[in-house]
Amino acid sequence: MTAKTTLIDFTGQGDSPAPAICARHGNKPDALLEILHDLQEEVGHVPESSLAVIARALNLSRAEVYGVATFYHDFHLKPQGQHVIRICRAEACQSMGGRELQAMVEKFLNVRMGGTTSDNKVTLEATYCLGLCATAPAIMVDGKVIGRVDAARLKPILAEVTK
Amino acid sequence: MIRLFLTRDSAALAVGADDVAEAIAAEAKARNLALSISRTSSRGLFWLEPFVEVETPAGRVGYGPVSVADVKALFDAGFENGGAHPLSQGRTEEIPYLKNQERLTFARAGLTEPLSVEQYQAHGGFAGLKKALSLSGQEIVKEVTDSGLRGRGGAGFPAGIKWKTVHDAVADQKYVCCNADEGDSGTFADRMVMEGDPLMLIEGMTIAGIASGATRGFIYIRSEYPHAIETMKAAIAAAVAANFLGPNIQGTDKSFTLEVRRGAGAYICGEETAMLESLEGKRGMVRAKPPIPALEGLFGKPTIINNVLTFAAVPFILANGSKAYADHGMGRSRGTLPFQLAGNIMRGGLVEKAFGVTLGQLVNDFGGGTHSGLAVRAIQVGGPLGAYVPASQLDMPMDYETFAAAGAMVGHGGIVVFDESVDMAAQARFAMEFCAVESCGKCTPCRIGSTRGMEVIDRIVADQDRARNITLLEDLCQTMTDGSLCAMGGLTPMPVMSALKHFPEHFKRTKRLAAE
Repeated sequence: MTAKTTLIDFTGQGDSPAPAICARHGNKPDALLEILHDLQEEVGHVPESSLAVIARALNLSRAEVYGVATFYHDFHLKPQGQHVIRICRAEACQSMGGRELQAMVEKFLNVRMGGTTSDNKVTLEATYCLGLCATAPAIMVDGKVIGRVDAARLKPILAEVTK
Repeated sequence: MIRLFLTRDSAALAVGADDVAEAIAAEAKARNLALSISRTSSRGLFWLEPFVEVETPAGRVGYGPVSVADVKALFDAGFENGGAHPLSQGRTEEIPYLKNQERLTFARAGLTEPLSVEQYQAHGGFAGLKKALSLSGQEIVKEVTDSGLRGRGGAGFPAGIKWKTVHDAVADQKYVCCNADEGDSGTFADRMVMEGDPLMLIEGMTIAGIASGATRGFIYIRSEYPHAIETMKAAIAAAVAANFLGPNIQGTDKSFTLEVRRGAGAYICGEETAMLESLEGKRGMVRAKPPIPALEGLFGKPTIINNVLTFAAVPFILANGSKAYADHGMGRSRGTLPFQLAGNIMRGGLVEKAFGVTLGQLVNDFGGGTHSGLAVRAIQVGGPLGAYVPASQLDMPMDYETFAAAGAMVGHGGIVVFDESVDMAAQARFAMEFCAVESCGKCTPCRIGSTRGMEVIDRIVADQDRARNITLLEDLCQTMTDGSLCAMGGLTPMPVMSALKHFPEHFKRTKRLAAE
């Protein structure tokens, strides 16, 4: 009897933290979003190689895990810049000059929304509402919320992230 | 000992509340003054944030908006004793913005620390739950039904009917799910509840569990709200420790457990069936209805799904009786709605009023008009899927039926003001663009219609075959309204068509969109 072989080796998990994270969530498939969040917090992104590992732990197909990881705006299969600036593009911020703010940041960083600067320092992302609509326009820099953003408030922030 | 109060609401943090707190503590130390700073929920007077309150014999006196640079001068003015200063707003309770509200749900706003079970109870907390523990499920459902409470997430479906359906369903497991995916621009009341008074949400959901026989609950919170997620988790632990949550609540045979789940940046997961899919760890794809979630919801089991504000209204109703709640409001819109004044407005913040208050009273009397000082041109009510209401309709009362009759919606009570510099064609285009970005893709009218919608608007604005393209846009919007699976595609035409109807002249300019 010949040994069973597979084309892709799922057993090699390397030093991915994915199995431990899945175990922490009881290997429950309904916790997939939480697992991807935790993994991204730890690694910085969701490495494509981890998808098969997660699928195996949760008894899902790789397609299902890939489908979830790519459906949600939060998850990134590729690393982001060292800093992430999220600019709110929603209506309340638009009414307070959000479009101009976005243009200002894009010009300063020389990168469009969704892109990362060539030196890998800053990723610029769109977000649709941070719930700071009464102190608009609002942005989020590395998880920190900032409201009433204007050119004066923006300057030191941009200087810091591009340092 | 000087007692100061400063909120930890993220809207205040976003404008430097932590820095102000630090500066005050440092200045007090330098002056050898004993001082405590209590980090409470927010009063909702966001234009005054960071808003520092000091306890005086006459009550709390407020100062705002305070910046770090103001701190020395405040001490020089003796603000710790309520001294006069240009930033003084006088006694907080007497600020007209606050005084003229009818706060039933937000009665504790600004008064208590979010995680203190003791302070929560001292201000009426858990009275509703205690009452509920003495009632049968049916009796609780009746109270909620009699209060006239309707779903605050936007659809306005009577909460009592939903609860009754789940109560009457027979199943081995039922669930209570809170939709805290507050993605609508211009809304932040859910966030304020979760960051400021999380125990109220826990109490409301626990009552729902007792009423329906559900023993497990989930709160689905959007990832854009990191502070709300953190506070909610801590509040759950505090409630469990105080035996208001978990097994055998307050020594009874009732048990209820709660878990927080994070969203991942998908607007569509605010749609209840997409949220269920997401809670099950799947892509946030909308489900066809029927079956309704009340019968086949989370994991196929009967599930109560309500918005944060719906659950948050329940403790008051149980504690004070359905009549006390239903006495507020107009027509079939009973009770109060925490309106959220946002965007280009002088005094942005939270205004809880009974239904029936007019849009103009909210925007002008409370809000003080635009922030820019220019005239009000349009007000988007009810989030990105809500209509743009022209300034000529400011006398409309806030009421589900009145707004529906005018081709608009109250939604979650978000009110976003635009001044006359706004380009309404660009806003209409954005509505389509937003739908294209956030569509789950399950049904064609939403997935493809939104992209086609952008293109048609571009052609209208560029004056290509104008009349025919306007007809095409109207036809497309009708198709999206009638043929979409959920409100995402079904309501996107609302902002588009309201912009076209009320501001047709904006669709004639050629410059701006070509440049984008």
